[in-house]
Order: sequence, then structure tokens, then C-alpha cells
Amino acid sequence: MINKESKTILEVHGLHATVNGVEILKGLDLTVKSGEVHAIMGPNGSGKSTFAKVLAGHTAYEVTAGTAMFEGQNLFELAPEERARAGVFLAFQYPIEIPGVANSQFLRLTYNTMQAQRGNEELDPLEFDDYVRDKMKRLEMSPNFLDRSVNEGFSGGEKKRNEILQMALLEPRLGVLDETDSGLDIDALSVVAHGVNELANKDNAIVLVTHYQRLLNYIVPDFVHVVDNGRIIKTGGKELALELETRGYDWVGVEHQAANLATVTAGAA
Amino acid sequence: MSRVTSIRRPPAGYIETLLAEQPKLPTSPLMGVNQLRSKAVDHLATLTLPTKRDEAWRFTDISALTKLLFQPVSPVISLENIDVEHFYLEEATTRLVFVDGVYASELSIITEESGVTVVKLPSADATHAELIESHLGRHVDLEDNVFATLNTAFLHDPALITVSRNTAVIDPIHVLFIATQTGVASYPRCLVAAESGSSVTLIEDYVALHDETYLINSVTEIALADNARVNHIRVQRDSGEAFHIANCSVSVGRSSNYQSVSVALGAKTSRYNLNVLMDEGAECAVDGLALIADSQLADTHTCIDHSQPHGVSRQLHKCIVGGKAHAVFNGNIRVRQDAQSTNSKQSNGNLLLTEKAHVDTKPQLEIFADDVKCAHGSTIGQLDNEEVFYLKSRGLSDSVARNLLTYAFGAEIIDRIPIPSLKRKLEQAVLEQTSLLL
Ligand SMILES: Nc1ncnc2c1ncn2[C@@H]1O[C@H](COP(=O)(O)OP(=O)(O)OP(=O)(O)O)[C@@H](O)[C@H]1O
Ligand SMILES: [Mg+2]
Repeated sequence: MINKESKTILEVHGLHATVNGVEILKGLDLTVKSGEVHAIMGPNGSGKSTFAKVLAGHTAYEVTAGTAMFEGQNLFELAPEERARAGVFLAFQYPIEIPGVANSQFLRLTYNTMQAQRGNEELDPLEFDDYVRDKMKRLEMSPNFLDRSVNEGFSGGEKKRNEILQMALLEPRLGVLDETDSGLDIDALSVVAHGVNELANKDNAIVLVTHYQRLLNYIVPDFVHVVDNGRIIKTGGKELALELETRGYDWVGVEHQAANLATVTAGAA
Repeated sequence: MSRVTSIRRPPAGYIETLLAEQPKLPTSPLMGVNQLRSKAVDHLATLTLPTKRDEAWRFTDISALTKLLFQPVSPVISLENIDVEHFYLEEATTRLVFVDGVYASELSIITEESGVTVVKLPSADATHAELIESHLGRHVDLEDNVFATLNTAFLHDPALITVSRNTAVIDPIHVLFIATQTGVASYPRCLVAAESGSSVTLIEDYVALHDETYLINSVTEIALADNARVNHIRVQRDSGEAFHIANCSVSVGRSSNYQSVSVALGAKTSRYNLNVLMDEGAECAVDGLALIADSQLADTHTCIDHSQPHGVSRQLHKCIVGGKAHAVFNGNIRVRQDAQSTNSKQSNGNLLLTEKAHVDTKPQLEIFADDVKCAHGSTIGQLDNEEVFYLKSRGLSDSVARNLLTYAFGAEIIDRIPIPSLKRKLEQAVLEQTSLLL
């Protein structure tokens, strides 16, 4: 929720990024303050996941212009692991499988890395087991997932839950959830959304990338942005999502072009 | 005391010089043993050391070995349990320890468990004659094999293990070879005879107390009668300066099952030849992992020879290569004309961690029967960047992420070792080694 004392967590200006030499992000601006929930919507291929991965520091994406400040630090000067330790978390749209790495071992390693970063005590395997089982219970995940390799053979929905489990363990300042709702059944959606809501507080912020208004019934956004062709072309409140649901995206683009045209004309006059 | 003598070029009389010490071996009360030795000595006169011109040694240069003259150890160092107990395995209630190739009874435990006999050769008597006559030297082929022949010429303290008919030995038998001295050659020898319907687990374990230069030249023979089952775990953790050359020959009887996992972490240069001869309806699973770095070389040559119908074999061999190390895998599957309805699957995965790491892999199928199912495949790759990124996006450092993934690649093999304490030790060793690899 928006409040007066909130601090800026993320400030992105004029972000341009390319992948394999093709420009995908073309001047994206976004400001996120503590306590806020932002929803990012937009057509397939418009650059939403690209934006999320650029924030996380994926090396396939090259930032060609623009800035991103995260709590006063230049995000683009930090390695991916430093961003994570600073409190940036990306729940992937397509979490990959890592055969041979036990989920329990992976979760404990990441958890302890973050604890060490924050000057908190690390947990030994037994202590961690209790801790993680409790978190899993809240996400209605079976403890069996601890013994399996990271995401290996998990169903689409199980992978998404495992992402939120990681978020619950790492307690990020900024959680970017890329289509976490896709692939979840109706019951799972409410469980996962409940889990996310539990994590949201006045000191952190959440950016949800989604195609569906349904998620936003559970996690109510303060802002809804529409991304098209690599930039945010419209920002509104939660009612914008409802409007998009009924009217689709085309009108937003048309309106955006008309507005641009008007500015150009005004400038020319 | 150093017994390493440097010689400028591979000497013509290299083998003769090695054999100079051979007549000092005490004569065995068993005629069979003395005959084996003297036949081997005679045979050596017809053999030369392999060079890179020999097809089977194309990638493995042992000229460094021929520049050093390793002789069998003379003063045996006596160790106490406390020096070596970190090598012991809690699951193993029978343990045979050899120090620089010489049997150390004070470190060994031989229980009176029914059906298992372990024999130290000099004290062998007529009751063991039959075992020795019928198996020792009967499974390994010395024809073109100078190292196995040398081992036979120096036969002195073999670990002889028999498991009687229909006996299931529950606890694993740990045969531990500890290297302690520089400049010595040791000739470990193991014989396992699993009689009809029996089962046993053998752990053949090579370790070093210090980082010395020495030579291990070992021969293991395993004979499975009908319907027997042998689990064979082989761990080579020799010193990074050592030479390790090993021959293992297995005869898998009718409807018997041989399962082997071999892990090679140590030695500067290592060569493991594993030959498995499959009788009718025999099954085997032959898995291997070589994890090497720096300028190590690990060469594994396996041959699974289906000689009779209805055999089933499965093989997974993995190499993790760092530094400027070099791994070699030559996996031969032979299906002879009579071996109809053979089912065989081989795969080989290689992970190269650096630009200079190198692997030569050659699966070889020789199929002479027409009704067979054989599949094989081989991959060579680096760590997956998306996997590395995923781990880093959770705060893990680049090196921890790469370690974890490297470890995971090898874990598939380690996981197949059915002995928890050994598995843990190896997991630890692999984790330590992978952190050095990067
Ligand atoms: N590694 C890549 N190589 C080539 N093209 C890429 C790569 N990653 C993304 N793209 C392209 O960039 C564009 C934006 O992709 P992105 O995944 O950001 O879209 P999105 O908005 O998340 O879409 P969706 O709603 O379908 O998830 C697409 O045209 C995509 O094909
Ligand atoms: Mg996307």
C-alpha cells in the first residue's frame, strides 16, 4: 500500500536493453517505493520477462542505455549474486531444473548465504529442516520436495511454488514475480497469493508480471502498468487491470500513439 | 631413502632391471603360485612396455614411468590404527589392509563369518590350493599385458576371498591399500570367488598417507559362479604424484549379477582396464567417475564381452575434467555371435571445466550377433549457463554455483555406491576437489 513515509526501492530510467543485438527494451521507466505492489501487464513478447531478467542481471541481456537504482545503489554495477544479496529476488517465469542438486541443500545454501549477508546466524541442516518445513506447510508443499533435485520433474505449478518458497526464505526487499500465477490451479493460486501477501510489508515491494486479472483479486496492486514494445505506455490503478481484461491491449496502444502525436503537434505549434 | 633412480632414456633393460628384485620373493608352499610367478617371468621376456604407438595406449603416455625405477618395498613401515583409521569404513566388519602392497595383519580384521575365507599367501596351505589352482591368474589375460604380467611375477600377498555356496555376506569387505613411501612399486592382488548362489560386496580402496611418487600396479580377479551377485566398489584416491595402473578381470557366470562403481580421483597418471566376461543370462552394471584436475591423466578402458545369449549390461561413465587434465574413456561392448538377445546400454558424459581440459572418448561396439539391442551415447559439455545464473540469482557466488553443479554431475555416480559412510566420504572429497578445480 502507498504511504507517506515510504522510501524509493527501485528507480528505473530510460532503460534500453538488447538480446543478441536486438533491442527489446526501448526506454522503460518505473519507480517502485516501499510498501507498494505493482502489476506489469502487456502482450506476449513485449519485454516483461526481459525487464525482469535485466534487473536480476542475466548476462544474455545487454543494457545499452538508462539507469536502475536499487536503494541508492547502481544495480547495473552489481553481479547477479550481489543483487540477490542486496535484496532483489526474481521468481522466474520458467524456473529451470537442476538435476543432481538436492533441493534441501540448495535452499539451505541460499538461505545461509543471505543470513550471513545480513549478519544473522546460519542454520545447520537439522535446524534448517524445521524452518523450511514450516514455510512449506504455509505454501501447502509436501516435504518430499526437499529430497528431490531442484525443480527436477516438478509440475509447472510445483515449480512456481518452489520459487515462492525461495522468496519466503530469502525475504527480499524487492520481489519480482514473473507470471507466478501461470500454471497454478485455482486452489494453488489462492495459496501462493496468500503466501506472497504474507511476505509483503511496508518495507518491501512487489512487482507482479501477469496476464490475468484473477491474481490481482488476491494480491491487490497499487499500480498497474502496461508494457508494449519495450516500454511502459500506460499506468493506472487496479481498475486498469479490469479494463484490460474486458477490452484487451489494442486501445492502450492507440491511445498512446494519439497522445504522442498530440505532444508532437503541440511541440510543432 | 629413495629408490627412484633417474635414467636418461627409456632403458632397453627396464623390465629386466625391475625383475632384479623378483627372485628375492619367498617361495610359496603352494606349487601353483610358484609356477604362476615363473611363467610370468618367462612371459615378460616377450613383452615390451607400451608406447603411444600402441592403439590401446594412444592417449596415455607412460614414458615418465619408465624414467623411474620403482622397486618393491623392502622395509615395511609399521602403522598404527590411529594413523589410518580415518580410512576405515564403519560398515565393513571385514577389513584387509595392505601397506605399500604388504599385508598388515595388525590393521586388518577377519571375522569368523561363515563362508568367507581370507588367505595370506605365505601361510596358505593345501586347503587353499584348490581356490588358487582354479581361479588365481585364470581370469586375467596376460597375453599382451606387461603390467598384469609384472604383477603376477611379483605375486606375494594377494587378498583371497571366497564366498561359499548360497551364502549372502551382508557386510561389505573392505580391502584397503595404503601407500606410504616414495619410490616404491606395489603389486596389489585381489581374488574374489563367489560360489554359486552367493553374494558379497567388495570395496577395493587405494589411498595414500602422503603426496609421494610411487607406482601401484594392481590386478583384481572376480569370479562369479552361477546365480551369484557381486557388488564391486573401487576407489582410487592415490597421491597426485603417483602412477596407478590397474587391471580387473571379471567372469560373470550364468544368471549372475555384477555391479561395479569405480571412482578415480587421484594419481598423476592412472589407467584402469576392466574386462567383464558375460555368460548366459548374466547381468552387469558398470559405472565410473573420473574427477581430475591440474595435469592429471585418467584413462579408463572397459570391455564388456557378451559371449552367451540373454546378457544384460548397462554402463554409465562420467568424467569431470579441470585444469589441463586429460581424461580418456574407451568403452568396448562386444556381442559375440552366440550372444543372441543381448541387451546393452552404454552412456558416457563429460564435463570440461576449463579451456585446457581435455577428453578423448571412444565408445566401441563390436556386434557379431543379429538379435541384439544395443544403445550408446556420449556427450561433452561445459556447465549450463542458465543453471549457473539460476543459482547466482539466489545469492550464491559464481564459484559456489559452479561447484554445486560440478558436484551434481558426479553425484549421479557416487549415489550408486551402496555404502553410506563411503558415499559421504566421497561426497566430501568430491566437493573439496571441485572447489579446487575452479
Ligand atoms: N535470449 C533471447 N534471444 C532472442 N530473443 C529473445 C531472447 N529473450 C527474449 N527474446 C525476445 O525478446 C522479446 C521479449 O521477450 P520477453 O520474454 O521479455 O517477453 P514477455 O513480455 O515476457 O512475453 P510473455 O508474456 O510471452 O512472457 C521476444 O520477442 C523474445 O522472443
Ligand atoms: Mg514473459
